[in-house]
Amino acid sequence: MKWETVIGLEVHTQLATQSKIFSGSSTAFGASPNTQASAVDIALPGVLPVLNKGAVECAIKFALAIGATLNRINVFDRKNYFYPDLPKGYQISQLAKPIVEGGALKILVDGEERIINLTRAHLEEDAGKSLHENFQGVTGIDLNRAGTPLLEIVSEPEMRSSAEAVAYARALHTLVTWIGICDGNMQEGSFRVDANVSVRPVGQAEFGTRREIKNLNSFRFLQQAIDYEVRWQIETLEDGGRIEQATVLFDPDTGETRMMRSKEDAHDYRYFPDPDLLPVKLDEDWIESVRAALPELPAAMQLRFQNDFGVSAYDAGLLTGSRALAEYFEAAARACGQGKLVANWVMGELSATLNKAELDIMQSPVSSRQLGALVARIQDGTLSGKLAKQVFEGLWEGAGEVDAIIEARGLKQMSDSGELEKIIDEVLAANQKSVEEIRSGKEKAFNALIGQVMKASKGKANPAQVNDLLKAKLQ
Amino acid sequence: MSDASLSALAAQLAAKQVSSRELTQQYLDRITALNPVLNAFITVDADKTLTEAAAADALIAKGKAGPLTGVPIAHKDIFCTDGWLTTCGSKMLHNFIAPYDAHVIQRFKAAGMPSLGKTNMDEFAMGSSNETSYFGAVKNPWNTAYVPGGSSGGAAACVAARMAPAATGTDTGGSIRQPAALCGITGLKPTYGLVSRFGMIAFASSLDQAGPMAPSAEDCALLLNVMTGFDPNDSTSLEREKEDYARDLDKPLTGLRVGLPREFFAEGLNNEVATAVEAAVTELKKLGATTVEISLANSKLAIPVYYVLAPAEASSNLSRFDGVRYGYRAPEYANLDDMYCKTRAQGFGAEVKRRILIGAYVLSHGYYDAYYLQAQKIRRLIANDFTEAFKTCDVILGPTAPGTAFKLGEKSDNPVEMYLNDLYTIPANLAGLPGMSLPCGFDSQGLPIGLQLVGNYFSEAKMLNVAHQYQCVTDWHARAPEGLK
Repeated sequence: MKWETVIGLEVHTQLATQSKIFSGSSTAFGASPNTQASAVDIALPGVLPVLNKGAVECAIKFALAIGATLNRINVFDRKNYFYPDLPKGYQISQLAKPIVEGGALKILVDGEERIINLTRAHLEEDAGKSLHENFQGVTGIDLNRAGTPLLEIVSEPEMRSSAEAVAYARALHTLVTWIGICDGNMQEGSFRVDANVSVRPVGQAEFGTRREIKNLNSFRFLQQAIDYEVRWQIETLEDGGRIEQATVLFDPDTGETRMMRSKEDAHDYRYFPDPDLLPVKLDEDWIESVRAALPELPAAMQLRFQNDFGVSAYDAGLLTGSRALAEYFEAAARACGQGKLVANWVMGELSATLNKAELDIMQSPVSSRQLGALVARIQDGTLSGKLAKQVFEGLWEGAGEVDAIIEARGLKQMSDSGELEKIIDEVLAANQKSVEEIRSGKEKAFNALIGQVMKASKGKANPAQVNDLLKAKLQ
Repeated sequence: MSDASLSALAAQLAAKQVSSRELTQQYLDRITALNPVLNAFITVDADKTLTEAAAADALIAKGKAGPLTGVPIAHKDIFCTDGWLTTCGSKMLHNFIAPYDAHVIQRFKAAGMPSLGKTNMDEFAMGSSNETSYFGAVKNPWNTAYVPGGSSGGAAACVAARMAPAATGTDTGGSIRQPAALCGITGLKPTYGLVSRFGMIAFASSLDQAGPMAPSAEDCALLLNVMTGFDPNDSTSLEREKEDYARDLDKPLTGLRVGLPREFFAEGLNNEVATAVEAAVTELKKLGATTVEISLANSKLAIPVYYVLAPAEASSNLSRFDGVRYGYRAPEYANLDDMYCKTRAQGFGAEVKRRILIGAYVLSHGYYDAYYLQAQKIRRLIANDFTEAFKTCDVILGPTAPGTAFKLGEKSDNPVEMYLNDLYTIPANLAGLPGMSLPCGFDSQGLPIGLQLVGNYFSEAKMLNVAHQYQCVTDWHARAPEGLK
């Protein structure tokens, strides 16, 4: 039987606000346990939540960026359950009236464009952490994270492969960091993915029973977990088994998913509107001021890069992988007016070198202005591609500006044809055998001669010029 | 003991006829003498109290005194009070020393009013007799075989017994008004949102409201001036211009339209109470008021609605008492779930558990629509009845409770009968309206009878005006129980 995979993702993004969603405590990561937990965060008797408007603004930004509906009146609910890292015994979330509904995200998989629709996005507070190690057999509770604002972004079950799920997660990651509502740090848990996975026979209209893989904190784990889960579900079904609705965890060490709780163990969260918080009202002026402050979005920038710089749709997609990369590219391209050439350099030499050094674009030792200047020197014929790489190395090492490096290292392409002719004559004189072969029609020998000339010029000859001069001399 | 009003006490302090320390010491002595009998206070700390009184004296000496600086007040043990044991009448918090002040406490501190201590109450404010307190029942000062009402029973009893010139209370379904009625004092529940709930341990967040309890309406007006005001720490706190609640006290009642809800004078009302309330209506008419019959048809549903909504909110509000971070934790347990179960089984009393169970039930999957949602709809209908009624009257008048104080233990085995005590007070909470109770007589056993006024939103000044004018021509509020030592 042929099977089809159905995937929907729920992504918890920690919002990049200075303070928590319902208290004034700092949200900074990594402080000593409970040093960022106020009376409100530890749920002392009598304390009350006060909504951080900054978190609401993040949700507005997100809704505008994905073309979603903003619920002008949205409501916070209480989700009740007991756990030591949940101080109030309930999480403040949004169930019936979330702030964001609908919207869509464009993804690119194997060169194919797809639109993934979103169901909703709602504001809620993060829980604290239970620390099971190093407490002499008892569990420690760190409430620093309790109350950190989250936007939970829920997609429709519209992805059909792990590759699509990863592409969607990446596109979402790019977007939330692009508009500045999330720092995107997956190691620190700022962007956590839950994947709802099911399979069904191709052609069947109803969905299969889904299992939810919780808390995937890297794109690689997302891919591995879904691939494993899909294989497991298909094998189970083909062996005559049934899939039970369940929540599972992915173990990166074994590459397998394992059951956390079954449907029978599912909580009744007894949701109801939080009487401590008034419904959130979004007025048009607020929404418009957020819209006005929104940066140009990746999709719009991709189109503009294609139009302004003549780069391909695929390259435009890569160049807008992050806002920093896109801004770097655009600055370099504007500096020299050579978008396509800059695109090649950014995605080629620059990306490779950054990757090797484990640096991101914002840490690049070569500035966008310098890269623009470098490309300009290629364009005006001062540098060959090979020489340009040497100049790039100089820039990377901090040896100065482009022209200074060319000068200091003598990397200027030979422009004096007299000097070049002299080299060519010497090469011809030393390679009489090759000359005869060429004259008798052996084209291969011609290329070897070009190589010889380039070598003799220490790479500074202009290969096109060498080609022309050699041809003329051999005629 | 002094029967002086708050304004008279303040005048004596301002004229330096008495210092705050002296005045406060007199009340502390009275508490020492009477608390073993009445059990009105859970915590008394004379050193802390007198330190605050000394600070008040310093303010008075510097000429920086406010209207009530130096006058001491007792606080219900539901308000978190920095450095004080704050128990909410529960074993669950029997060891909880609050590390911060509730907004209400902050305001009284800022006004220079020393705290006399923390008053006894029904556990987590759940009760109408003060018998659910972990710290034992409070006795009614008019007859110690009787309950003082609840949940602010300690507050009402201490004011009635003149152990404090005034007290704070909270009212979720009548917890200020009913004990005020049963103890023969004046108490006011303000419009929802007028007094910040920050630091007040939550029972039912959409209904809870703090208010003043004192012998007279004039006293309550002065206390309300201290308590009210916007608080950014409470999202349901209302941002309104500050008003003087005493400004209309002396206005004549000529032309006042008093609404008499026929449902409040029907079956279930004790005859002696009905007679006293009707006599009060006659007094008001003499003062120039007219009466108009009104109907609050849906208020008969108030008790069932309340006992869905209040427990629903309470079941969630009380989840934080889990033994993890503060308060009581069971001494022995096998694992996490066992720790939760034993802690909550041992830490909460029967009435609290009953309401948590009811609340969890009505919010459960499959029951939410039938109970919680339906109750919310009826709540709206009850509020609409009041809106209609206030088109034809300025203030609504009726009994505060269906009867006078009952004997200790008389109703404690019958929760439904106990719940009926809040029949007339609950509708105002559901509608968010202000309500007050004031003394209007005594029954044949010498137990006080309470008269209730319910006003339109933000009409506290009007209600206080009506109550004050009534108190100018009657002396029920001025009577104190005799025979107490």
